[in-house]
Amino acid sequence: MSIVFERTRGMVDMPLHYCPGCTHGIIHRLVAESLVELGLMDDAVCVSSVGCSVFTYNYFDCDAYQASHGRAAAVATGSKRVLKDRTVFTYQGDGDLAAIGTAETVHAAARGENVTIIYVNNAIYGMTGGQMAPTTLVGQKATTSPNGRSAELQGYPIRVCEMLSTLDGTAFAERVSVHNPANVRKAKKAIKKAFEVQTAKQGFSIVEILSTCSTNWGLNPTDSLKWLEDNMIPYYPLGNFKTPEEN
Amino acid sequence: MEKMLMKGNEAVGAAAIKAGCKYFFGYPITPQNELPEYMSRELPKNGGTYLQAESEIGAINMVFGAAGAGARVMTSSSSPGIALKQEGISYLCGAELPCVIVNMSRSGPGLGGIQPAQGDYFQATRGGGNGDYYTPVYAPASIQETVDLVQEAFDVADTYRTPVIILGDGMIGQMMESVEFKDIQKRRLPQKDWALKEHVEKGSKKLINSLYIKPEEMEPHLQKIFGKYDVIKKEEVRYEKFNCEGADVVAVAYGTVSRIVRNAIKKLEEDGIKLGLIRPITLWPFPFEAFDEISPETKAFLSVEMSMGQMIDDVKIANAGRLPVEFYGRPGGIVPKPIEVVDKVKEILGGAK
Amino acid sequence: MAQGKVTFREDRCKGCGLCITACPKQIIFLDKNKINIQGYNPATVEKMEECIGCGNCALMCPDLIITVERF
Repeated sequence: MSIVFERTRGMVDMPLHYCPGCTHGIIHRLVAESLVELGLMDDAVCVSSVGCSVFTYNYFDCDAYQASHGRAAAVATGSKRVLKDRTVFTYQGDGDLAAIGTAETVHAAARGENVTIIYVNNAIYGMTGGQMAPTTLVGQKATTSPNGRSAELQGYPIRVCEMLSTLDGTAFAERVSVHNPANVRKAKKAIKKAFEVQTAKQGFSIVEILSTCSTNWGLNPTDSLKWLEDNMIPYYPLGNFKTPEEN
Repeated sequence: MEKMLMKGNEAVGAAAIKAGCKYFFGYPITPQNELPEYMSRELPKNGGTYLQAESEIGAINMVFGAAGAGARVMTSSSSPGIALKQEGISYLCGAELPCVIVNMSRSGPGLGGIQPAQGDYFQATRGGGNGDYYTPVYAPASIQETVDLVQEAFDVADTYRTPVIILGDGMIGQMMESVEFKDIQKRRLPQKDWALKEHVEKGSKKLINSLYIKPEEMEPHLQKIFGKYDVIKKEEVRYEKFNCEGADVVAVAYGTVSRIVRNAIKKLEEDGIKLGLIRPITLWPFPFEAFDEISPETKAFLSVEMSMGQMIDDVKIANAGRLPVEFYGRPGGIVPKPIEVVDKVKEILGGAK
Repeated sequence: MAQGKVTFREDRCKGCGLCITACPKQIIFLDKNKINIQGYNPATVEKMEECIGCGNCALMCPDLIITVERF
């Protein structure tokens, strides 16, 4: 008898506050497992954000900051500049990173800050109750786009990985999803790679993870996985956008 | 140590480096640019890091990150830029992080103007961001005093785990005076055992946080912070009282304006009028105790400010209804002339105008 | 085929059913006869002998309540 899978020691043994079926929990696990497997967990520094992931600092078994809305990349910058040998990562949602925190994110990437951004994109503001996010798809209903997002009125959703991969300071950018076991495995590979890029001091790394929000999408958890696959992936294609050259 | 001629903004930088500041996160705005410029030049030579942020908001949040990692860290700006930093200052206060923030203030509201002004008194002394908090505020009146207070500001920040503001103005930042970098008596500072460290100690998870979602935890957090404020009010109040004994009128002025009042004092002496001066050096905590003893000869207080009247509110609180509290202010970037203060004092005393 | 065993930490289950979607043998179900401490019908397996220990259920569990063994 051998254990094939057990709870990672990288996460504090406490219940998660997320809604049933919210894939944040899967992403937390992948981040913690990656850090543990790379031997980086004890040295890691988590910068949590504002939104559903606000309590992230409770869950990872490492030092942490709780940053103001959108500013996680700036806080990570200040921290990493002092703690040069520690693994500093932010954990941010799409409202936090791609709306209020756009400037901090873009410039941390442009400077090539040697930090890792874990960016969870579920195309909606979750914590505040389902308002339209910068990543809400055209036509998608939200409490502040009750008839569906209109491109004419509200413009278009932002593809963060594509945008950041144009910057010279970005070393690694990959978009993954966690809607089925195969993609969960790929997501973990990308997260691990991002941390390795930081350890090798190669610069800014970001992993964008497509995630569900059954509560605010108004779907059950299983249908949410399907909705993600059918609607988000076509607009937010999965794949690597940038990776350091092997030498 | 020998005296040297230095511009205010650069003197702040030199004093910060001498005080052990190792990180500076800046963003350009007039009239404080010589400070980040100086730090970008000198800090790396002294084993430190200067980084230009994408905005004042970015800079103050980098301060949050570095302060949480236990570094001596500074940022600077001028009025509109300090307004942008308020979110970060509120978070720094909530998370009890020490740092020094320099405001070489200019006029406002809005983009206002780039000339010296004191319209940021409320912003600095009332906590400019959200929530219940204060920050110690030092208002130097000379370059020498600026240099001395920078060292003090870092120590006070570390002692009480709080951001500290140096409130200068365009005049303090831009003018040159001779300064001496004295060895200030160092305080015994507490260990930063709350901060994130370069090397992790096993089993001691550190958290830098201002979020207390349960009211029954948030209330004691605030009570703890205000407990520190009580100590600061008791231990850190600084002011200068000059010529107040038997004065006909006592002026209250800080920073640049206090120097103008000193000139007015000399001019009024020639006319046989005695003008006193209370000069708050800490704007918060405000030196209420300086107002305890008033000479029977004193007929009024006169708050002189480069604003439409902000410190006057504290003067009125300090006065507690005993005497008339008069005001003379030149806002918008105009520095009042001594003769204007002289005329105001004479007007108060019912003399020729 | 390898045989496996899954253990659910029942009190922490939110009954979301993501494990059910991931199980290639379709042996996981929400136990309607049981309500856990949080008020959910927890995930459970009756025909454990059919489990192959692939671990897919644990990969999809957002609450990290599943342990998988293989023998």
